[in-house]
Amino acid sequence: MTPDETTKTTSEASDRQPTDGPASGSTRPLAQVPDVSVRPARGGGGHAVKVRGLNAYYGDLHSIKGVDLDCPANEVTALIGPSGSGKSTVVRCINRMHEEIPGARAEGSVTLDELDVYGPGVDVTSVRRLIGMVFQKPNPFPTMSIFDNVAAGLRLTGTKSDDLRELVHRSLRGVGLWDEVKDRLNEPGIGLSGGQQQRLCIARTVAVEPEVILMDEPASALDPVSTLKVEELIDELKERYTIVIVTHNMQQAARIADSTVFMLDGEVIEVGPTNDIFTNPKDERTERYVSGKFG
Amino acid sequence: MTVSKLPEISARRRRTDKFMRGTLVAAFVLALIPLVLVIYYLIYKGIGTWSKSFFTTDPNGNFFGYPGGARSAILGSIEIVGLASLISIPIGIGVALYLVEYGKQTAFANFVRYLTDVMTGVPSIVFGLFIYIVLVEAKVGGSGFTAWKGSIAVALLMLPVVARSAEVVLLLVPGSLREAALALGAPRWRVVWRIVLPTARSGLVTGSLLAIARGMGETAPLLFTTAGVFGLTFNLNAQMNAMPLQIYNDILSPRTEVNNRAWGIALVLVTLILILNLLARAVSRRSRVA
Repeated sequence: MTPDETTKTTSEASDRQPTDGPASGSTRPLAQVPDVSVRPARGGGGHAVKVRGLNAYYGDLHSIKGVDLDCPANEVTALIGPSGSGKSTVVRCINRMHEEIPGARAEGSVTLDELDVYGPGVDVTSVRRLIGMVFQKPNPFPTMSIFDNVAAGLRLTGTKSDDLRELVHRSLRGVGLWDEVKDRLNEPGIGLSGGQQQRLCIARTVAVEPEVILMDEPASALDPVSTLKVEELIDELKERYTIVIVTHNMQQAARIADSTVFMLDGEVIEVGPTNDIFTNPKDERTERYVSGKFG
Repeated sequence: MTVSKLPEISARRRRTDKFMRGTLVAAFVLALIPLVLVIYYLIYKGIGTWSKSFFTTDPNGNFFGYPGGARSAILGSIEIVGLASLISIPIGIGVALYLVEYGKQTAFANFVRYLTDVMTGVPSIVFGLFIYIVLVEAKVGGSGFTAWKGSIAVALLMLPVVARSAEVVLLLVPGSLREAALALGAPRWRVVWRIVLPTARSGLVTGSLLAIARGMGETAPLLFTTAGVFGLTFNLNAQMNAMPLQIYNDILSPRTEVNNRAWGIALVLVTLILILNLLARAVSRRSRVA
């Protein structure tokens, strides 16, 4: 066993620093997208997401009505709100997954640092490489082994990697799954438990080294123990990534988010540091929601 | 309060239940009778003709003596349907991919779906006549009747079967897998190639095998296109024998031995189709979707 394989939570953070990238603290370049000016971000190498005047439609249904949103680099931004308030739609607009739904369209601006995500000539696949996504239900590829699932992102984007094995191993260590699966990397990914599958999906997302990770209720299909593991993981991941998370679970938002956004009927009602939203909300509707009086 | 007794089932309900069950069993048996009789007669009449020479010699057309076996017919069928499969399966799966991954519910996609349904209902002899007019009469490729023209007629017949079954299977691939792959930044063609097709593979194989079985038994598309000959040939640009054609010829003969050979070939044909169906079932049992 190499020292790497025995890592515990305390040392994992340093392990996940890029070994092949520039020294930590400096900003990693936004790969793959031409003409991108990158502003040095706070803390690690993260990048900020800015949403301005976002309107989204499903056919004739106007579901997002002029949303502004700031997701600072290397922070966890949580979106809370009742079902149908548009949290998932907002998140799906950030990496342009929204437009995959037939009849759906979005207007407004989403920027990653200086990069206009909806800009003309911007390749949607490059956008999604920079802005990864984890879904509500764990969705490992059923035909692939654990190893191949993690490597899938690179293979699917046609990226050549000098050391695929090392990258896969590092990604699995990064999500704390290594010790559980290291002896069965060639077994099917769907053979894992739900919580392990979800961490596998996060490893798959991390392996393509995005700048931002969007999470759409990543723990709502998991048991409490697995949920805790995913939450701990999110807390570690924010050292390297900017994280936007949709959650139905207000305790979860309170535990992991730096700032929280309360949405209602396709509009942002209130934004603030998580603590303020839960203990001292300014809007009456926020107060009623976080205290469980509706929603 | 505890539950001690429920009302008894009334005699009328019990009678109705018995009657309806009886009706269903009777319908099932009725439907089974022709199937069992066909298989029984095939085996009863056909198995006696199976011998080493049945599988190793070709029909010779002699009026006296041993009429020859069925080798050229069996191999000819495999060649013709093999080429037809090479044509129809990739195109059929391609059509299904277009409908599921790109066309979706657009007017054009629905038009294609409608045409595919219509094509499924076209009698097989129409495909034969179509190829006869377009390729045989026009002597495309230098000669009139050739095996490859038969393959195209059979391929036309198989195409809608492949396309429709593949569409059903592709629709069963969960959208969440496509989303997962797209969210990783994969271009759509790679999502199709590396995620959708592998996930649907066994279902696609099943549908294709059933289409092959369907194409194997068709006589009409071959009558006007390949025009059977007795001899064995591997030249697809020549006339070729095939099982349905040989059966067709043999039952017209006044000789009992030749008539019997038709039963033997029919048994081979049904056995092959049975094997293909069993294969299809075995493959679909290992399926990851459906």
